[in-house]
Amino acid sequence: MSRKIPEEQYRKTFSYKFTQWLNGMEEVPAHETDCMEQDTAQEKEEVRELLRRREKMNLSKRVYDLEHNKEILIFKKIYFVFSILFCVFLVAMLLTAVSALPEFGNADNPVNNEVAARYIENGLQETGAVNIVTGMILDYRAFDTLGESHVLFIATCTVLILLRNGKKEEEINDRTHEPKNDVILQTVARILVPPIFIFGIYVILAGHLGPGGGFSGGAVIGAGLILHLNAFGFVKTEKFFTAKTYRRISFCALACYSIAKSYSFYTGANHIESVIPLGTPGAILSSGLILLLNICVGTVVAGTMYTFYVMFRKGDY
Amino acid sequence: MNFVCNFPFISIIITLFSGPLCTILSGKWAKRVNEAVIVIVGILSACVLGYVGGTGEAFVYRMGHFPAPWGNEIRVGVLEAFMGFFFCVIMLLCMVAGAREREEEIEESKQNLYYVMVNLLLCSLLALIYTNDLFTAYVFVEINTISACGLIMIRQNGRTIEAATRYMIMSLLGSGLLLLGLCFLYDLTGHLLMSNIKEQVHILAQTGQYHIPLMVSVGLMSVGLAMKSALYPFHAWLPDAYGYSTLSSAAILSSLVSKGYIFLLIKIFYRVVGFEVLTGSKVANVLFVFGIIGMIMGSLNAMQEDQITRMIAYSSVAQIGYIYMGIGLATQEGMVASIYHVISHGATKSLLFVAASGLTAASAGGTRYRNLAGSGYRNKLAGIAFTVGSLSMVGMPMFSGFISKLFFAQAAVGHAHKMLPTFIALAISTILNAAYFMKMVISIYSPRYGGNEEEDASYAVQDGWNYGEVSHKEMRRNGGKVIFMKDQPVKAAALICFIVLNFILGLNSEPIIRMIQKGLAMFG
Repeated sequence: MSRKIPEEQYRKTFSYKFTQWLNGMEEVPAHETDCMEQDTAQEKEEVRELLRRREKMNLSKRVYDLEHNKEILIFKKIYFVFSILFCVFLVAMLLTAVSALPEFGNADNPVNNEVAARYIENGLQETGAVNIVTGMILDYRAFDTLGESHVLFIATCTVLILLRNGKKEEEINDRTHEPKNDVILQTVARILVPPIFIFGIYVILAGHLGPGGGFSGGAVIGAGLILHLNAFGFVKTEKFFTAKTYRRISFCALACYSIAKSYSFYTGANHIESVIPLGTPGAILSSGLILLLNICVGTVVAGTMYTFYVMFRKGDY
Repeated sequence: MNFVCNFPFISIIITLFSGPLCTILSGKWAKRVNEAVIVIVGILSACVLGYVGGTGEAFVYRMGHFPAPWGNEIRVGVLEAFMGFFFCVIMLLCMVAGAREREEEIEESKQNLYYVMVNLLLCSLLALIYTNDLFTAYVFVEINTISACGLIMIRQNGRTIEAATRYMIMSLLGSGLLLLGLCFLYDLTGHLLMSNIKEQVHILAQTGQYHIPLMVSVGLMSVGLAMKSALYPFHAWLPDAYGYSTLSSAAILSSLVSKGYIFLLIKIFYRVVGFEVLTGSKVANVLFVFGIIGMIMGSLNAMQEDQITRMIAYSSVAQIGYIYMGIGLATQEGMVASIYHVISHGATKSLLFVAASGLTAASAGGTRYRNLAGSGYRNKLAGIAFTVGSLSMVGMPMFSGFISKLFFAQAAVGHAHKMLPTFIALAISTILNAAYFMKMVISIYSPRYGGNEEEDASYAVQDGWNYGEVSHKEMRRNGGKVIFMKDQPVKAAALICFIVLNFILGLNSEPIIRMIQKGLAMFG
C-alpha cells in the first residue's frame, strides 16, 4: 500500500466517498468474496428466489403497510388539505371567470358574428345540406371532422394494443362459458336487431336532410351489433363481422374520406371548380360529398363501438 | 399559386392516409410504408422551406372551397416548414435506430399497429405545426395524445402500462384545460381562426373589456400545454414513460411529442394572444418561475437516479425547464433561444437514448451504473455518441447545447428582474448537469465491473431483467458482449448522423438562428 494514511482513515475522507460515488458503489463493501465461484446454478436460482421473496415482502411492507408508515400518513394528510384547497381555488377562479363572460343568449355577444351568420344564411345554398350542422362539420370545417374520425380510429388501435392477447386457447375456452340459448334475449334480439340496423342506416343516410349523421347513426348500428353479439354469441356474429372485416372496412371508409376530402381541399385551394354537383336540397342524392362522408364516418363509428365492446369483454375477437 | 404551396397539405394527408393503411398490412410492409412516408414528408417539407425562404413571406392554404373564418386553413412560414423538416429527420433516425429493439420487444401481431401510431403521430405533429385554426389544433392534440399512449404501452410489461396510465391522466387533464381555455376564448372573440382571434383580443385588451376571462383563458391554455409537455410540477408521468418504453418510442416521445406542444404554445402566444397582451399578463412570469424550478429539480432528480434511461428522462424535465424559462422571459430573444433549444434538445435527447440502448446492449441488458462500467469500450460508437450527447447537454462549446445556453444568457441580459435568476439558474443547472452526465461518462469508460452479486440479483428482480446467457462470473470479468459497428450498420449510421447533426447545430448555428428570427417575424 503506497497510501500515506491507513485504510480505515482513508475510508472516512471525502475523496474516497467521491470515488465510490463515481463508481456508483455507495455503501457497497469494497472486498469481494470469491466463494461464489463454486456456486452451482441451482443454488444461484435459490438465492434469486429468496431475494425475490424478500423483495416482495419489503415492497408490501413499504407500500401497503399504510397504518405504520408515517411518511405516507403525513403525505396523505398534506395531500388531502392541499387537494381541497386547490379544488376550491380552481372552482373559485373558474366561477369568477364564467361570471365575467358575456351574458348567455344576448344578441350582441361576440359569438354572433359574421361567421355564424354565413353558416345560417348561406349554408343551404353553399353546401346543399338542409341540416346546417352537417353542412358545417362535413363541408365548411371538414378538415376538423377528418381529424376527429381518425381520433376514433386510433383510439380503437390503442385499445387493440392494450387488450389484445395472443393466447388463442384460453379465449376459446372462455367462449364456451357464455350463455347460448337465452330464449327471451334471442327472441327480442331477433325482433329488434333488424329495425335497429335499418334505423341506424336511415340516420346516416338522412344526415344531410334532418337531425342525424354519421356519428349518431354509427352509434345506433354499433349498439345493434353489440345486442346481436350478446344474444347469439361470437360464433354467429363472426360469420359477418370479424377483426379482419373491421380493419378492412374502417380502412376503406377512412381512405374514402381522405381521398374525397383531398380532392375537395385541392380544388378549393387551387381555385378549381369542383365537378361534384350539389343537387337539389332535400333530395337524398344531394349536397355533394356529404352523403358519402356521412357513410364513411358512420361505418367507422359503428366498428369502433363494437370493437371497444369486444375488446373490453374478451380481449380479442 | 405555386404548386409547392400544396406540399404541406399533401404531407398531412399522406401521413393521415398511411395510418389506416398500415392496419391492413403486415408488420414488415407497414415498416416500409412508414419509412417511405417519413422520407417523402421530409423532402416535401424541405421543398416548402426552400420556397418560403425564397419568397420571404408566409402563405395561407385554404382547406376546401370556403375562405378562412368559415372553412379551415393552414399557414406556412419559414419556421413551420423548418420544424416539419426537422421533425421528419429526427423521427426517421429514431425509427431506424430502434428497429431491432422493436422487433424484439413488440409482439408479432402488434407490429403493424406501432406504425399506425407513428404515422398518425407524425400527422398530428405536422398539423399542429401548420394549423392556423385553434380547434383544428385541438383535434390533432387529441390524436397526438392517444398515439403517444399507444407508443408507450406497446412494449407490454407492467411498468409501461402504469406509465401509459399516468401519461393518459396527466395528458388528458392538459387537453381538458386547453379545451376549456379555447372555449373561453371563443366565447370572448367569436372566432377560432388564429388571426381573427388576435384582432379581437387586441381590441379587448385596449378597451379592458372581459379582462378576467381573457387572462384565465390564456392561463388555462398555457397550463394545459405545459402539463402535456412535462413542465416541472407536472412531470410525474415522464420518467416511467420514457424510461421503460421501447427505444424508438422513448426517443420520439422525448424529442418530438413534447416539442410539438411547446411549438403550439409559442404559436398561441404569437398568433393568438399577441405579444403585448402576454407581456402585460403575469402568465409569462409563472412559466418563468416553474421553468427555473424545473431546471434545478429535474437535474437533482436525475442525480439520484441509478438507471441510465430514467436519468436521461429526468434530464428531459430539466431541459423542458430551460425552454419554459426562455418563453417566460417574454422577449423576442428569449423565444429565439427557446426555439433553438427545442431543436437542440430534440436532436441531443434522441441521440442519448439511442446511445444508451447501445451501451445497455453491450452490458447484457444491465441499465444501472455498476452494470455499464466499461461499456464505452465494448460498444465504441455508442460510447462516443453518449459522450457527445452528454457534453452537449452540459453545454460544452462546439456542441449544440452550448449555443442554446449562450442564447438564454444573452436573452436575459438587460432584463430588469429576470436577469439574475436566469444566470444563477443556468449556472447551478450546468453544474448539476455536469455532475450526473459526467458521472455516467466516467463510469462507461472505467474498466472495472463493480458491485456485488447479491445486489445485482436483487436489482435484476426489480427490473424484471436477467443476464441471459452471460453468467455472473463472466459478467464480472468482461461485463458483456462486445458490439462492433459492423454488427449493427443501421444503428451505427443513425448514431453517426445524430453526432453530425449535433456538430452542425453546435458549429453552424448562425443560419438556423437567423431562420428562427425570420420565422418568428413571419408569425406576427
